[in-house]
Amino acid sequence: MKEVLRLKNISHRYHGKSGETEAIRSMDLTVKEGEFFGIVGPSGSGKTTLLSILAGILTPSSGTVERSVSAEETGYMLQRDHLFEWRTIEDNVLLGLEIRKIKTAERAEYALSLLKKYSLGEFLKKKPSELSGGMRQRVALIRTLALRPKLILLDEPFSALDFQTRLTVAEDVRNIIREEKVTAILVTHDISEAIALCDRVAVLSARPATVKKIFDNPIEKSLSSIERREHPLFASLFKEVWKELEFTDEKSREKGE
Amino acid sequence: MKRAGRKVSEEHLRYLKKERTRTAFVVAAQILLLLQFFVVWELLARYEVIDSFIFSSPSKMWASFKSLSASGVLWRHVSATLIETVVGFVSATAIGLVIAVILWSAEALRRILEPYVVVLNALPKIALGPIIIIWVGAGKGAIIVMAILISVVVTVINILNGFLSVDKDKILLMRTLSASRAQILFKLVLPSNVSSIIASLKVNVGMAWVGTIMGEYLVSREGLGYLIVYGGQVFNLSLVMCSTLILTVLAALMYFCVLILEKIVVK
Repeated sequence: MKEVLRLKNISHRYHGKSGETEAIRSMDLTVKEGEFFGIVGPSGSGKTTLLSILAGILTPSSGTVERSVSAEETGYMLQRDHLFEWRTIEDNVLLGLEIRKIKTAERAEYALSLLKKYSLGEFLKKKPSELSGGMRQRVALIRTLALRPKLILLDEPFSALDFQTRLTVAEDVRNIIREEKVTAILVTHDISEAIALCDRVAVLSARPATVKKIFDNPIEKSLSSIERREHPLFASLFKEVWKELEFTDEKSREKGE
Repeated sequence: MKRAGRKVSEEHLRYLKKERTRTAFVVAAQILLLLQFFVVWELLARYEVIDSFIFSSPSKMWASFKSLSASGVLWRHVSATLIETVVGFVSATAIGLVIAVILWSAEALRRILEPYVVVLNALPKIALGPIIIIWVGAGKGAIIVMAILISVVVTVINILNGFLSVDKDKILLMRTLSASRAQILFKLVLPSNVSSIIASLKVNVGMAWVGTIMGEYLVSREGLGYLIVYGGQVFNLSLVMCSTLILTVLAALMYFCVLILEKIVVK
């Protein structure tokens, strides 16, 4: 399978008045086309830094990033939906096209068709505050997909949702991403979410982050994320990932779920 | 959010009626209070409990108003003050907004100028009166400059604070969509700060009046501030009170205009 991204010996340090923080240390990582790749790590392990590097909005202190997709072809979905309250749902979804000045009738039509396809069609003229948290997060995903990215980065996109909504929205997002044939990288501190959604799961160490181990997920892709959670192999993989995480840092365990 | 076409229950109708009655009561009480104030004032003056030479009286104020408007000078004074205030208000807001945008987009400049802005804000602008008069001349120009100076610094500070408090993650989102600095300003920072800009307008309306009247006290030959000072000098308290009352009404009207603007802009 073709590689979408390859990180070679990436390191990154932040500089502040109180000193230097080493966020990432000599990390190697490869993401293949069409896969749903998960990254789990303890809180504060530099996951968001890593995503910013993957998105191309942050240049690492050292190391190289090889990418077959450009920064323009990379979509980013954040923890919260960040829909603009002064825009309607329709205009929120078209924001990226406006910013990149590529808002053609055909592209706008595609974005709106996604809204309709994922049962948000009747909310086009509504304001974000009139939608539920789950719906808003779907709108945020479609805002990203409207730019037809080849790679989509998900930075704990479900962490602001309640558990029930989280399961259904995660399932929706997985379906949408699979159907639109996009490569996805999910960063989360929720192991079960990573296993339910992803084909491979990388475990990061505590800061400075390195890749400790990458797990292949043996559970069939065709199952829904909810069914995957009930799969017999789920528990054993969960245990393995958990163990790997547990050894990373005793202190960060309480936040690591 | 209103939902049109939904059936309303009897109970809810009763609730709405009660609410309307209450509102009507409050408004009636407000009007009555004002009337009472003038009636008591008038009676006290008429029965010589208070000296109407010093305290004037509503009927004397009315006579003063009639003679001012009959001679045609009233409109000249009102329009002079209104023009100065509106020009001062609009320019102060516009200049403040532009400076805030510049300081938002140039971080280094912002850090360099920060102490100066703080000190300028602390300075009582009225102290600059004599300097302004010498530089701009003792005319309308000086009054408008005073009105601008008095509110421009606080406008910059308020609007800039609003700009800087825009959610960092929203800016990150804009950057992931490869937005330019200008696009971040026009598509995110400005629209999300409409309410802080309106709040500035509300403050500035009051400030512009302060600046204008102070300016008129210092230099003018016309305007309501001039009438008040002149009335004080010749001990015509009716003229002073009448001008003050007109001023109050105009200031309130201008504030309401901003409120209407707010209703239109912030939906």
